[in-house]
Amino acid sequence: MARQSDMIAKFKGKRRPDNFFKTIGRLLSYYKNCKWEFIIAVLFIIIYSVSVIVAGYQLKGLTVVLEQALEDRAGIHMDSQIAAYTSILIYMGVLYFVSVITNYALNRLMLQCTAVVMAKLRVDLFDRMQELPVSFFDSKTHGELMSYFTNDVDAIREMLNQSITQLMISTVSLIGVVVAMVRLSAPLFLIVLVLGTLVVLITKFIASRSGKNYVKQQKALSKVNGFIEEMMEGQRVVKAFNHEEKVMLDFDERNEELRQVATRASMLATIMGPIMNNLSHIFYALTTTIGVLFGINGELIRKLSENSRFDWQKIGVEGAVLIAFLGFIRQFSNRVSEISQQFNFVLLALAGAERVFSLMDMDPEVDEGTVTLETKEDGSKFWTYIDKEGRTVEVPLVGRIELHDVDFSYDGKKLVLEDVNVYAKKGQKIAFVGSTGAGKTTIINLVNRFYDVVDGEITYDGIDIRDIKKDDLRGTLGMVLQDTHLFTGTVMENIRYGKLDATDEDCIAAAKIANAHYFISHLPEGYQTMLYSDGANLSQGQRQLIAIARAAVAAPVVLILDEATSSIDTRTEKLIESGMDKLMEGRTVFVIAHRLSTVRNSNAIMVLEHGRIIERGDHDDLIRQQGKYYQLYTGAFELS
Amino acid sequence: MEQEKKRKGILRYAQYVKGYWLPTVLTPFFMIFEVALEVLIPLLMAAIVDGGLYARDDFLLRGILPESLKTGSTGLILTLGGLMVVAALLSLTCGVMGARTGSIAAMGFAKNLRRAIFEKIQSFSFANTDRFSTSSLIVRSTTDVTMIQNIFMQFIRIFVRAPMMMIFAAIMAFRINSELSWIFVVAIPFLAAAMITLVSLGHPRFTAMLKKTDAMNTSVQENLIAMRVVKAFVREDYEKRKFHASVEDLKKAQIRAQKLFSFSGPIQMFIMFTCTVILLALGGMKIIHYKSFGPGELTSLMTYTTQIISSLAMVSFMIVSVSMAKASVGRINEVLDEEIDIIGADSDLKVENGDIEFRGVDFSYVNDPENLTLSDISFKIRSGETIGIVGGTGEGKSTLVQLIPRFYDVLAGEVLIAGHNVKEYSLYELREGVSMVLQKNMLFSGSIKENLRWGNADATDEEIAEACRMACAEDFILGFPDGYDTDLGQGGCNVSGGQKQRLCIARALLKKPKILILDDSTSAVDTATDEKIRKAFREYIPGTTKLIIAQRIASIMDSDRIIVMDEGRVVDIGTHDELMARSEIYREVYDSQMESSEGGEE
Repeated sequence: MARQSDMIAKFKGKRRPDNFFKTIGRLLSYYKNCKWEFIIAVLFIIIYSVSVIVAGYQLKGLTVVLEQALEDRAGIHMDSQIAAYTSILIYMGVLYFVSVITNYALNRLMLQCTAVVMAKLRVDLFDRMQELPVSFFDSKTHGELMSYFTNDVDAIREMLNQSITQLMISTVSLIGVVVAMVRLSAPLFLIVLVLGTLVVLITKFIASRSGKNYVKQQKALSKVNGFIEEMMEGQRVVKAFNHEEKVMLDFDERNEELRQVATRASMLATIMGPIMNNLSHIFYALTTTIGVLFGINGELIRKLSENSRFDWQKIGVEGAVLIAFLGFIRQFSNRVSEISQQFNFVLLALAGAERVFSLMDMDPEVDEGTVTLETKEDGSKFWTYIDKEGRTVEVPLVGRIELHDVDFSYDGKKLVLEDVNVYAKKGQKIAFVGSTGAGKTTIINLVNRFYDVVDGEITYDGIDIRDIKKDDLRGTLGMVLQDTHLFTGTVMENIRYGKLDATDEDCIAAAKIANAHYFISHLPEGYQTMLYSDGANLSQGQRQLIAIARAAVAAPVVLILDEATSSIDTRTEKLIESGMDKLMEGRTVFVIAHRLSTVRNSNAIMVLEHGRIIERGDHDDLIRQQGKYYQLYTGAFELS
Repeated sequence: MEQEKKRKGILRYAQYVKGYWLPTVLTPFFMIFEVALEVLIPLLMAAIVDGGLYARDDFLLRGILPESLKTGSTGLILTLGGLMVVAALLSLTCGVMGARTGSIAAMGFAKNLRRAIFEKIQSFSFANTDRFSTSSLIVRSTTDVTMIQNIFMQFIRIFVRAPMMMIFAAIMAFRINSELSWIFVVAIPFLAAAMITLVSLGHPRFTAMLKKTDAMNTSVQENLIAMRVVKAFVREDYEKRKFHASVEDLKKAQIRAQKLFSFSGPIQMFIMFTCTVILLALGGMKIIHYKSFGPGELTSLMTYTTQIISSLAMVSFMIVSVSMAKASVGRINEVLDEEIDIIGADSDLKVENGDIEFRGVDFSYVNDPENLTLSDISFKIRSGETIGIVGGTGEGKSTLVQLIPRFYDVLAGEVLIAGHNVKEYSLYELREGVSMVLQKNMLFSGSIKENLRWGNADATDEEIAEACRMACAEDFILGFPDGYDTDLGQGGCNVSGGQKQRLCIARALLKKPKILILDDSTSAVDTATDEKIRKAFREYIPGTTKLIIAQRIASIMDSDRIIVMDEGRVVDIGTHDELMARSEIYREVYDSQMESSEGGEE
């Protein structure tokens, strides 16, 4: 698929006419995954539509025979009439039969196509999302990210499921109906043309209003949603402060607002049906009246012909023509309103498709790293690359990490880190201390290349980390992050996430290191206990213990603990500590902690303020310096 | 009461129509009129074609039309044509009115229902809430309500319209020609049987498909939220494989479910076309043989065929959507039927003082005596005492204090406040007397002042300032450009953790409670400020009982007494010195926090 990165800038949620066809084209290109089904389905759509119309057209022939029979009062030609009538009827029956069969076939084929296309679309979207850089996820809320998969993909699904097939059938049928009507009677078709115009105008008018109101309704709805969510989260506070009544009043206000907007939106949406339906009745009535009035043998035509030289018989309507024509009126108005309504859905869905495609067009994480990690026969690991002279260079994996004069900025303007220098040798524990926003987590984001340095460099065993293949770099880093995230699955599966080929014994051993084994074995089903919605059935501390076990099973060279023990009480932390010590042994460790007791035994403590390291040294050094760290430690200063 | 609710079934929803009965009742009437007029049109058409075009003297309606309108005359044509147009216009009006009243009724109904659900949720105890998740409660009060609201609207519109159309059209058809119309009597059950079969076969498959969709969305959400973990462990490919499997799964379920519905259109068409052809055959023969039947009548019979068959199809699709909504109704009923397990006593009893007593209290989150979170807790606290509570995570400290304002109820034993069992108070009075600063602090969108007023809606500015001074919050509040009017975003994200905690303390103080509970609520406040706050408590609210849970031992060291908890039991109560002397657990906690700070003070 063509990459059109320059399109991203143009999209930005808006719809532009020049992207309309591009988007449709791109969406249709997905049908190449079910090319034959699609082509045959289109063929069937044509056969189906044509056979229905031709069948309807036979009413004319049938009525002609009946008219002859009515005139032939004595029934002299009855046998030939019956023969003629029957043969037309059989022809009609065959056509109807063909239409039923093709209708089933086209629906079944399109269903297959839709399913295949949707699956491919979802896979493409998800796969690209996995490859996007962390900065993309940081710039969007979870709701926004989810809406690609729910709102946008759903809109596309609806369109592919219904609108596309319907639109194709309607279009082919409309052309057929128009041809049939014009062939039957061009003057009568003129009346119908007025109907068509009216239908299009009314649909457009209502649809545009309805669209606007729909947006308003969604806004009001999300306001109610947000309110309920906030109050649910704050339920303890609401109860503790006896605030139920006040909350109810606030709710009523938002609820009533939603009702008003929703009523309007719903009215505009439902009004369409009866208007279209009855409009076609009005035209049915008008056409019938005018057709009968100008009946070829009618009183009016006779009178007119008597009084003028113009041969009014010429525009007189034959009975058979009128009856066949009336059969098409409803079809005509249905098709026109279907097309105009579906078109609206298509527009909505295309807006969704544009968003989805623009995401797919975003650049994935850059990974120009050429240094890879290899394993020797004896199990030891080393970095390898080919230098300028073409020689293969091997550097043993040790875990020495150095930051040289690192500057960093998230937005390109404000520096979040400035002149940061850190040297971490294998087996050392380096701690970062400082207020929220001082840049502690940022440093870690740079080491694992969630973000790239703006200036300066970070080396890993002497190699610039930008030259290392990303997967290999991250594979050597074990992380326990500030927000613990677990996945739906058993406790065992969650621990195994750290190393997919770990045995149950490995996982249990890791849990023991993290001191999680005790509580896990006391869960209803031990390691096989299912965790749901981010481990909501566990306490924050327990979730963190599992996250630590997950990092432990990965057996990383460098261990990063970002507030890993913030939700664990000091006593439990003390218990974990021995395990943690075992975990840290022989590894390079970076620790971020709010609680100073956690970092005390580090080899070096970096005190960060406004992106700079203002103090560094081990615990005793820093206490002796009587600077910021000392103040923090003695509780004279509060970290925010 | 439970029995009564069950019996009422769907009728219970009638109460939510309140205030919108008029449009609810009017809508079906409009629909009936619309349908009646709509069905009249083919009849008039038959008359106009046979009487006007073919000038047959036996055309329909001849009997009711005045003799002066001669068969085949322009006058007759214009009269019948005029009637047709008028009928269509009236039908349009009724249709539009029906859409209007239907919308008003349905949205009003939805509003009432939403309110009832939210009101019920508000009255939930935490044990109730724990049984549902926040997101599921939100889905129930929005998405599910929308689903039911749509069904409600269809009920008063389409459910009236479609069967009425069938009945009226059938009556008309029989009036035109009863012999030919017998064909409907044969066709309708046939179509109905086919549709019912499809619907009943399809429903479980659709449910399965929806479940798969939900599961897929959940896993996507999880993946997106945990993106950093995925990247940190280089699990992108693993996640992709997982997702591909669930997409493939969904695809199969989707095809399986919708495959059936590919039949519904063709079946309908087949029956409709068969009816048409048979009608044409029989009707045509009648005309050829006996000339007793007009082409106009034949055409109108065909129109009625379409009307009857398509309404029947409409009804069957309605049944599908109703059965889809069954799940929504079930989910909403779960909320509405949820037994509120904590209901306050109907009494005026007020909390007179801050005495607290626990008598042999057992507690379990799952109401299981085998799985106790707290067991056999007994102690007495006198009004005005400051009590510290220490113990590890999950040892039951927070659980213990939540029993005091009856956030949860004990499994065995009793909790007494001011000498009365907490169950003897109304929830309002009980919670007026007890102020609690929670572990998971929560400020709401709005200004600082609005948030503080949660404690006391009528608090004067001076009272607010005083509470803030006690909580050491005044300085930083006044440091903001807008002072007390500073706007806090949702969840109070514009202030730091320590500041948020102090605001929450001030808010709790404004209530002037008899009992103040601080559940680890100064963890982000620096030690000096923490101490200042405690000093203020001692000086300004000496009569208030203070229960302080803290990780930081310094925060509770100077309490009158300290409760030590371990594995859901109170293992010791005493002053700091006493506990240092006899409690190993206490000493352990103390040592873990204090050894080095002593070292630092050399």
